[in-house]
Amino acid sequence: MTSMKRRIFLKGSLATGAVGMAVSTGLLTPRASLAAWTKAAFEATDVNGGASALYGSTSMDKSDKIKIKAPDIAENGAVVPVSVTTSIDGVSSISLFADKNATPLTAEFTLGPGTEGYVSTRIKMGKTANVVAIVKAGDKLYSSSKEVKVTIGGCGG
Amino acid sequence: MASIKMRAKITDGVTTVKVLISHPMDTGLVKNKKTGKKIPAHFIQEVVCKHKDTTIMTANWGAAISKNPYLSFKFKGAAAGDTISLSWVDNKGEKDSSDIAIK
Repeated sequence: MTSMKRRIFLKGSLATGAVGMAVSTGLLTPRASLAAWTKAAFEATDVNGGASALYGSTSMDKSDKIKIKAPDIAENGAVVPVSVTTSIDGVSSISLFADKNATPLTAEFTLGPGTEGYVSTRIKMGKTANVVAIVKAGDKLYSSSKEVKVTIGGCGG
Repeated sequence: MASIKMRAKITDGVTTVKVLISHPMDTGLVKNKKTGKKIPAHFIQEVVCKHKDTTIMTANWGAAISKNPYLSFKFKGAAAGDTISLSWVDNKGEKDSSDIAIK
């Protein structure tokens, strides 16, 4: 009886081992060169999850030194122009979240030492939501948000 | 495949870079109306911009960046005539790059 159980147990562990191998090799092949692309952060389903996967922390201060420029009402959620300007010194990263999207993290910009605290892009928004910008300067995180009303969603359906 | 349109202009020591990339940026959530099947996700994951071997900006993107992405940023420390290069890689491993001179 004991030997039977042992056999089943061994079989089970072998099978999961093989699956694990397949998954890890499958993931490694296409994205081996993209060390910085944090899959967990882009798959997180809320802003805090994304921030912790990205920066390893969710403690951030609201800052009025971050200005988000986005329309109050976006007629087409597929194209929402957003720009972030910050006067905080030593900005190393700016990330953009749309908090009601299925996966809120839309983009993360890693800035070099001579790069100004400014990025501008266009994002998709599923529905009316807050656009949250998180800025990393030194070891601290700062955030700011702005509500954008969306009349037609831009994430499918 | 020239997918990148890029401009870089210097004013008062600050270079403004503006980029347009033609790319479908499919989220993987949209259904093809004719077949009813989902269009698989296909989006740019990483954009790297360099000035003289120094990386000035790396953008990590999710699928929620709009189709035919637009990107703009500013940096200091360049001179007119310097070359900046930009490259992108998407989730299918497709890539493109482009070099331009700062005006």
